[in-house]
Amino acid sequence: MSPDATGVDAVIDAVTAVFLVVGALMSLGAAIGLLRFPDLMSRMHAATKPQVLGLFLMLAAIGLQMRTWWVWPVLVVAWIFQLLTAPVSAHMVGRSAYRTKHGHREMLTKDELEAVVQRAAAGQEPESER
Amino acid sequence: MKEVVLVVTAVILSLAAAGAIVRIAIGPSLLDRVLASDVLLAILGVALAIDMALNRHLNNLMLLVALAVIGFIGSVTVARFVAERREQSNES
Repeated sequence: MSPDATGVDAVIDAVTAVFLVVGALMSLGAAIGLLRFPDLMSRMHAATKPQVLGLFLMLAAIGLQMRTWWVWPVLVVAWIFQLLTAPVSAHMVGRSAYRTKHGHREMLTKDELEAVVQRAAAGQEPESER
Repeated sequence: MKEVVLVVTAVILSLAAAGAIVRIAIGPSLLDRVLASDVLLAILGVALAIDMALNRHLNNLMLLVALAVIGFIGSVTVARFVAERREQSNES
């Protein structure tokens, strides 16, 4: 950020400042959610905020400050990589949480996985398929 | 303006990292700790990105991508091998 910005530079600096502060607030929201939410599934909901929206705001701020066009594809690749890996790891953690009976079952309004698991257990399918 | 943004984000990220570390410390189960360490890693990446944006350099961009890889591999590995302890208590 330039200290004596005027015109378009001042606008870009202001937008960058807003992006940075809001992106940092996403991290704070994730931490508060981790501390306040009662079980693992709802904590996973909070934990995704800095990983996707927070990272997007940060990369947009970098792109605005660099003021070159070639940096945008690199930032987009970094963000898409995070978008591809975050659901996979969240799926693995959630699946493992369900299988090890984490979380409060009575807080769920609908449990569609229960029937699938019981049907698979009745059919004696391989362990890794359930 | 740069200093103001730096101080504000530093305070916010310090509080966020403290919260994540508290959850790592008290988290009742292993998966809670994995999730909290993932959040801690994301907070670290956000701090690196703030440094890049405010100082106008791109030195840490590959480090940012590497942090995403490390978080992905770490949480997938732990989630894969935490399974099958069915007698574990339910008060998570």
